[in-house]
Order: sequence, then C-alpha cells, then structure tokens
Amino acid sequence: MSEKVFNLLVDSFGKILLPGLTMTIPLTILSFTFAMIIAIAVALVQYAKVPVLTPLARFYIWIIRGTPLLVQLFVVFYGLPDVGIILDPFPAAVIVFSINEGAYCAETMRAALEAVPVGQIEAGYCVGMSYMQIMRRIVLPQALRTAFPPLSNSLISMVKDTSLASNITVMEMFMATQRIAARTYEMLPLYCEVGLIYLLFSTVLTRLQRIGEKRLSAYGRKE
Amino acid sequence: MLEVRNIRKSFGDLPVLKDVSLKVDKGDVIAILGPSGSGKTTLLRCLNFLEQADGGEMIFDGETFRFGQVSKKDIHRLRKKTAFVFQNYNLFANKTALQNVTEGLIVARKMPRDKAEKLGMDMLAKVGLADWSKHYPNQLSGGQQQRVAIARALATQPEIIYFDEPTSALDPELTGEVLSVMRDLAQEGMTMLVVTHEMGFARNVSQRVVFMENGVVVETAPAHDFFEHPQQERTRAFLRMLDHQEIKEEKEK
Repeated sequence: MSEKVFNLLVDSFGKILLPGLTMTIPLTILSFTFAMIIAIAVALVQYAKVPVLTPLARFYIWIIRGTPLLVQLFVVFYGLPDVGIILDPFPAAVIVFSINEGAYCAETMRAALEAVPVGQIEAGYCVGMSYMQIMRRIVLPQALRTAFPPLSNSLISMVKDTSLASNITVMEMFMATQRIAARTYEMLPLYCEVGLIYLLFSTVLTRLQRIGEKRLSAYGRKE
Repeated sequence: MLEVRNIRKSFGDLPVLKDVSLKVDKGDVIAILGPSGSGKTTLLRCLNFLEQADGGEMIFDGETFRFGQVSKKDIHRLRKKTAFVFQNYNLFANKTALQNVTEGLIVARKMPRDKAEKLGMDMLAKVGLADWSKHYPNQLSGGQQQRVAIARALATQPEIIYFDEPTSALDPELTGEVLSVMRDLAQEGMTMLVVTHEMGFARNVSQRVVFMENGVVVETAPAHDFFEHPQQERTRAFLRMLDHQEIKEEKEK
C-alpha cells in the first residue's frame, strides 16, 4: 500500500466514522424502535385474531415483504411529493425503515407468540388473571425471549441496510465514503474501509446480543 | 357447594360428556376414575370453562349457571373462587416459584406485594419448597413443579381445587411427594375434585369415587364400597383389569 493511500485511509476514517455515529446509528436506533412497536402491535393483532385488523395486518406484511426496500425509499422520498407530501431525507428514511423492518419483525413476533404453550394462558385464567394481564405478564415476555435471537439478526441487517438511505440523500456513512471516493478515485481502499466500519458496528451488536441472551437465559436453560 | 346437572359436551360429532351429573359438598375429596377417553379431564376443564360445555347447568355456592350462557364476567368471578392443578403443571416459565404463587394474588386480586409474598412463602413452605422460592420452573424437578403448582392453587384460597391427573406426568419415584401434599390438604378439609389414575389415592384419601366411561358416570360410591363392593359390571371389569396390571407389575419387580 502506498503511503498516499495509507494517509488517505487514516484521514478519511474519521470522516466516514463521524456520519456513522451521527446518522447511521441514530437512523438504526430510531427505525428499529418504531419497527418493534409496529411488529408487536401487528403480531398481537394476528395472535388474538382481531377481526378486520388481522387481514389488514396480512395485507401490510404482504405488500412490504413483496417489494424492494430501495423501491419503498424512492416511493416515499421521490414519489410522495407528487401528491403534496414532502419529507426531509432523514424522517423519510426513518419512516421507510420502520415500516419495512416492522413487517419482517412482526412475523418473527407472531411465530414467537404462537410458540408459547397454550397451557401458560390456561394457567393464567385459572389464577384469575384477565386476557390482557396474561398477554402482558406471561405470554409477551416469553415470546420476546424466544424472538430475541432472530430480532437481533434483523437489527444487524438493518445497520447495513441503512446504507441504502444514501440513495435518498441521507448523509450517512456510505454517502460520505462515496463523496471521498469521487474526489480521490481510490475506490477499492475506501469502499473496503467503510465495509470494515460496518463490520465493526455489527461485531459490537453481536457481542451485545450474546450478553443479552445470557441475561435472558435465567429461565431459558437448565442449570 | 358445587352441583353439576346434565353437562353435555361434544368435540365436533364426537360426544365426550353425555348428561353427566355430580355433587360436591364442602370438604369432599372426590376421585374421578375411568379409562382414558372417558371424558373425565374434559369434565374438569368444563367446570373451569377451559372448555365450553354445550349444555347442562352448574350450581356453585347456590348460584345457578347454565353452560353456554355464562357471561365472561361470571366466568372470571367463578375462576377466582376455584383453582386448577394441571397434569403438566403449567407453571409460568418466566416467573420464579414464588412469583408463580404470588402472580394471581398481586395481579388478579390486587393484594399488596409484601402481603402476597408472605402468603406465597407460607404456601411454598407448606408444600416443602421454602428453599426453592427463587428457582425458575425449569430448574425444578417435575415433582417440585407440581408442588409449586399446588402452592399456587392454595394461595388464592379457593373454595375447591380441581386436579387434572396431577401425577400422570411424573416419574414414579416423584409421585409420592405430590400425593402426600394432596393427602395433607384432604385432611385439612380442602374440597378437592381429583381426576386420577392413582388407585391408592382414590381408595385411601378420597371419600367418594366417581367412575366414568364413554362420557357417562357409570357408578358413584363411597371409596370403600367402590373398591370392595362395586355394583356395576363395567366397574368390576375396570377394577379387575387394574388388579391384573398390579400383579403384572409386582411380577416384573
């Protein structure tokens, strides 16, 4: 590696990492939080077989899972202004990522809810609890425990998927890299560098997942 | 205190309870016996509305309820007066032994936490598990789990406890600890309706035996009479079959 390239990488590291910390991470945290709220609500609706809302939930999941994330970003950011809805890049990205990830996580949550044995609910009824109390205190906590590994998966995917937001002018890590690359023409080293930073983020999350699983496993494993 | 009249229940085209009637007085310990598929578990589950019976009525504490027309509110109210012990325990997997016992008190009955925990510890002590209060169900043996389940049932101070084959899922060496807890309860005067395959319990602990087959009550008798002087041919055949099994088991030992 020439000294010039090396210096460029050192110099650009901070310039790429900074939007990573100020854009990629907030975008991920906000979007995933909203996605989880959507996912739990949509999963509970289906689990409880709420009339009208259940087919709506299936429709939502069908549409979102059946169309590309990139297309969804374009529809919201470049398409909606045609009908008078103009959004800034960052909120547009948060909305699209939340709705998109919500659909996938809703399926994870539904599976996890259905994996809770029906005997848990019957026992709840028998000690005098109401349906809502049973859901909140017994079924949902157990489902979240089951769903934790696949949800962590989704979160890690999302960190990487936020790079797509560069297409709707969100100034995140990947876009920052593209700008430096366009100026210096050092494509290979720079794109490898940003890849490594994504890997670093994912590694941290993988660690956190392991710690989280350990804390949750108190009732998940035999001693 | 509990009377069931002509309860009926079908699963699709298959009738599982055909006009079953039953009377339980305060302090009674009644064993429901019968071959599998006789409807005994379904009967118990209908009494706590875990299954919805198709017809018949139930009189609980002088109040009459017609199956199929009981409101959700009444079901909720009735369940607070009763307790249920399941074959496979059904302890809340995300709660410790103590939390399992206190959950119904704190959440459903709005009892203050400290009071509930004190009562919970008393109940765990009663079933011999005071030292296990902080363990999760999967850290307990089957026998211990079932004893926690009994403590959970007792804590709500029910007027009657329904036991659905409480020892059937247990290894033979663990049934004793559960049965001995149940025997203590019977001696204290707890009203119990017990679906069981434990002939020793039916003969020595219960006062009355209800023998069911194919969705009907074949014979009801005081425990002693039931085993010594069975009236019905079907009962005699059932008891003979059990004797054979016992002899076979003895031989195998």
